[in-house]
Formats: sequence, C-alpha cells, structure tokens
Amino acid sequence: MKEFKYVITDNEGIHARPAGELVKLAKTFASEVKVAKDGKEADCKKIFALMGLGVKKDQEVCFKVTGEDEDAACEALEQFMRENL
Amino acid sequence: MKTYSGKSVYGGIAIGRIHVYKKNESMVRREKIDNPDAEMERYERAKAEAVAQLKGLYDKALKEVGEVNAAIFEIHQMMLEDDDYNESVENIVRTQHVNAEYAVASTGDNFAKIFAEMEDEYMRERAADVKDISERLLAVLGGGSAGAVQSQEPVIIAADDLAPSETVQLDKDKVLAFVTVHGSTNSHTAILAKTMGIPALIGTDVELEEIDGKFGIVDGLEGKFYVEPDEELLAQMREKQQAELAQKEMLQSLKGKENVTLDGRKVMLYANIGNVKDLPKVMQNDAGGIGLFRSEFLYLESDHFPTEEEQFQVYKTVAETMAGKRAIIRTLDIGADKKCDYFGLEAEENPALGYRGIRICLTRTDVFKTQLRALFRASAFGKLAIMYPMIISVDEIRRIQEIVAEVKAELTENGTPFGEPEQGIMIETPAAVMVSGELAKEVDFFSIGTNDLTQYTLAIDRQNPRLDEFYDPHHPAVLRMIAMVVENAHRENTWVGICGELGADTELTEEFLKMGVDELSVSPNYILPVRKRIRETNLEA
Repeated sequence: MKEFKYVITDNEGIHARPAGELVKLAKTFASEVKVAKDGKEADCKKIFALMGLGVKKDQEVCFKVTGEDEDAACEALEQFMRENL
Repeated sequence: MKTYSGKSVYGGIAIGRIHVYKKNESMVRREKIDNPDAEMERYERAKAEAVAQLKGLYDKALKEVGEVNAAIFEIHQMMLEDDDYNESVENIVRTQHVNAEYAVASTGDNFAKIFAEMEDEYMRERAADVKDISERLLAVLGGGSAGAVQSQEPVIIAADDLAPSETVQLDKDKVLAFVTVHGSTNSHTAILAKTMGIPALIGTDVELEEIDGKFGIVDGLEGKFYVEPDEELLAQMREKQQAELAQKEMLQSLKGKENVTLDGRKVMLYANIGNVKDLPKVMQNDAGGIGLFRSEFLYLESDHFPTEEEQFQVYKTVAETMAGKRAIIRTLDIGADKKCDYFGLEAEENPALGYRGIRICLTRTDVFKTQLRALFRASAFGKLAIMYPMIISVDEIRRIQEIVAEVKAELTENGTPFGEPEQGIMIETPAAVMVSGELAKEVDFFSIGTNDLTQYTLAIDRQNPRLDEFYDPHHPAVLRMIAMVVENAHRENTWVGICGELGADTELTEEFLKMGVDELSVSPNYILPVRKRIRETNLEA
C-alpha cells in the first residue's frame, strides 16, 4: 500500500466538479483507492461517498492506494490534487 | 390582478399563459413484485436510457452554455453509475420484493439526506442533484420523458424549483420565462437560465396553486410577476416588450455571424470583463474571445494577497470556459485610486500619475511573481494571454521578461506543468505611443487603453466635471496616436487591439478599421451592436 497526504487549498473544497474528475481518474486504475478525512474513509471511485466526506478548504485528506498499479495511481492522483484542489 | 415580486436573474419581458410545472415525485407507489431479476433488468434498462439522456443533455449544454456549466450533467451520469447508489436500489428490490420505482425513490431520499445534513451550504444544495437523477430514473421507468412541456402554445413556467436538467431540456420555443419560488442566484438553474437568455425570476412569493392556466406577465427588468393583469398594464407591458424585442431580435440575428465588412475585411471582436461572474455574458453575446480581463477583482474582493492557488483556480476556469478562444488577462493594475488596505499604499497627490500598475509589480516582485506563476500554470488549460499595464519603456518589458524567466525556471524545477501564453502590453501612455516601434519588437500584441491614453494626452482629468467642455473623446491627437501605434506595430508583425471605451464607439468603427486595427474589445453588451456596425461598413467605398 502507498499513501500520501494533501491539504485542500481550493476555496470550495472537493465540490461536485473536481469530485467527478477525481472519481473518473481513480477509475482508470485497477488499485483500490481510499480517501480518509478525520477518521472517516471513502472509496475514491464512488462519487457519493467521496462528496459525502464533505472535504473543505484547509482540511487534510489522506489517500491510501493498494494494488498492482499503486505507484502510477499515487503519482497521478497527487498531481491531480496539486493542480485542481 | 395580483402582483408578486422575485429576484430577477435575467431581464426581458414575457407575456402569456402560466404553466405550473409539477415533478413526477408524488406518483411513486410501493408495489409488490414477483420476479426481482426481471425488475432489476427493467432498472438496468432505465439506467442506461437515463445515462444516454444525460449524455445528450451534456452535449446540448456544452454547445449552449459552455463546459463549466455543462459539467453538472457529466457528474449526474457518474452519480447514476455510482456503486453505492445502485447497490442500494438492488438491495431494496431484492429484499423487499418491491418495484424499481419505489427502490429508486427511497434510495434517492436517503442519499439526498446525507447531503442535506451537511454543514456546508454548497454541499447541502447538492441534495437537489441526487433528487434530480432519481426523478430522471423515475420518469424513464414510468415511460414518460422527464420535464417535457405538453402545451402547444409557449408558456411561462412556474415551479417550486427547477433542477438543472429540467431547465436545459425544456423546449426553448415553448418557454417564455421561468418563475420559481426557491432557487439561489448561484444555482445551476439561475446560471443556465441566464446563459440561455430566458427571463427568469427566483425566490418569488407566488402561490402556485392559484395560478395554473392563468394569464401572466413576467417583468424581468423590474423583478415583478403579474397574474391576470388589467388592460392598462397589459398594453403598457406589450409596448415595453415590443421595444425590447425589436432591439434584441435585430442583435440576436447577428449571433454566429462573422465580424466582416462588406468588402471582406475581418476583425476580432472580444469582450472586456472584470470578474469570473461575467463569463456567461461573454458566451451569451457571442464574443470571439476576451480582450481584457481585469484581474483587480481578485485583489479588491480579498482581505489578503490572493494566493497562487486562489488565482490559479480563477484563471483556469477562464481558460477552460473559453475552450480554445483567446482570453487576455491583464496583470494587477491597482493604484492609489483603486486600493486595498493590505497593500499599504500611501495616499498620493496625483494617483493617475502615481505608483500604480506595472510600477507596483516591478517593485513588489513577490506579488507579481505569485500572479505570473498562477497565469503560466493556468495557460496549460487553454489559450490565455498576459497583458501588462501602464508601460512607458522598453526597459520595463526587459525587466518583466527577467522576472518571467525566473518564474518559468522555478516551475520547471518543481516539475509543475505550465503553458506558453502570448504576452502583450497596454498602450495607454503617450510615451508608449512614441516608442511603440521599439516596444513592438518585444511583445506579441498591443492593446490600446483609450481611457487613460486620452486623459494623459489631453491632460484632462476625467474625474473633474468642470473640464467636460474641454473634453473631446474624438480629439485628432488621440486618433493620430492610435494610427501611429497600428502602423509601428504592424511593421513588426505585432497585432493591435483597442480595449478602451472608444473601441465600442460605433462612430469610430470605420476609422479604426481603415487604420488597420486588428481587434476591438468592448463590454459584452456592445459586442452585437459593434458587429452590426462592422457588417454595414464598406472600407472601399
């Protein structure tokens, strides 16, 4: 398993549009992708679960990626977060 | 006659019969079924159809209102394909042996609740999206098409609230206006209605049970909704509507047309805006690009120096919304007359000639670099261009380019992707006009800011009303300067635009075209009137 942490800088947090893009991106990998915030965890391939975390600006999220393509997935997700959130 | 008030989202007047739009949600019954497999098959077919509808809506919205506003329909597709949502439906169907309609309605309610209970207002509003997709599924399961208006004549649609998919799929020929009881100016519906150019009132105190089928008038200019108006008001409103329609129709007929003169000379016609909120106006008025995006609002609406991320998000939105069309963003042009407390600028005797624009950027390079980094990064997402204000010398451009080189080196070092935007300058000082030949060698384009150029050239402070009798916006000195700039620029293959108020002055359009001006950038409202003038002009006559 690989993991990375990220603090949201976007004013609106993980709102509908980036959540949608994030799910789309996560689905391109075979690995399981979990996003955790304050002890709550969601499947990053499920848009309701992800939006249900209610991640806002300045909050820290932790991505946990497990699977054969975890290295590539981690890198792509981290880049997406940096560029969009 | 009854009069109601609401908040107008889009101006215009609509007169006609009222149709109260009712959702299908009240019709869901819980029915026992014998064969859950068959019921799930029915559900899967309905889901496929709903996803196909959403794809269609996405394409429609993409064309009509742009990528940013269309994205919601892509998100709705994902919501429909969400595992948790589908598992919940399947679970209800299989364990309770009930119809798919009931399972969908229950699941929709449960998921909507999750959002409705969240602290964040934005997230609470997303409950509407969950309801929207659930109602779409229900409509497909029921065999009807969601939200279609059955009436033959065009109507005023009144509703409690309208979901984005409901607004966009209404047959526009059948809709005169929207009146809703709920809804916010930030809702998708308000934004879509605005971009579609349909008069709309939200937050209206109307009693829906009372008005279905009655005659009504929506006055989007005043935010009023009249039901069963009297003869006098009707006549008055018809007149107001006629005047507005005649103007609008004439201009609407120009949408999609080229900015070309009778003898075939083409010119770029762009929009000036001062906030991301103005982007729908750019699209509505069919601008070919953004000729001046004033970035000051980012600084003025903030109580701290806007961070790189905050700025990046805004510029990226602009780049993506414009979808390949050029968007020229002017770097910070702030001074003692337009100031933010956190800049700590001192009051000046003469702010117009003071510490402002590029002069601040070149001395406060930390502030400037933050903006440049955000701009270069956002350039990877569309066709952005950067424009520097208040230039007076070649040396200033060289200093800017040194800073730009540092910014690019830093981005490269960090592995942060960035684009290569065009870079240009404002020509708004007589000094810049006089050395425009040299300046043109250094940049991709010029944009002439006629407001400041006129004030500096005529030495007339436009804030002082006592000088009005001396002020001549068509002063030959200013016009000769513009001609001189164009000539010098073209010698170096640099293109030239005009982004000041003079650009929208249709008395001068012909003269500007004769000078060879390549681009005119005007307030969104002036795009179509200027296009009209261009198309009536014959430069060879």
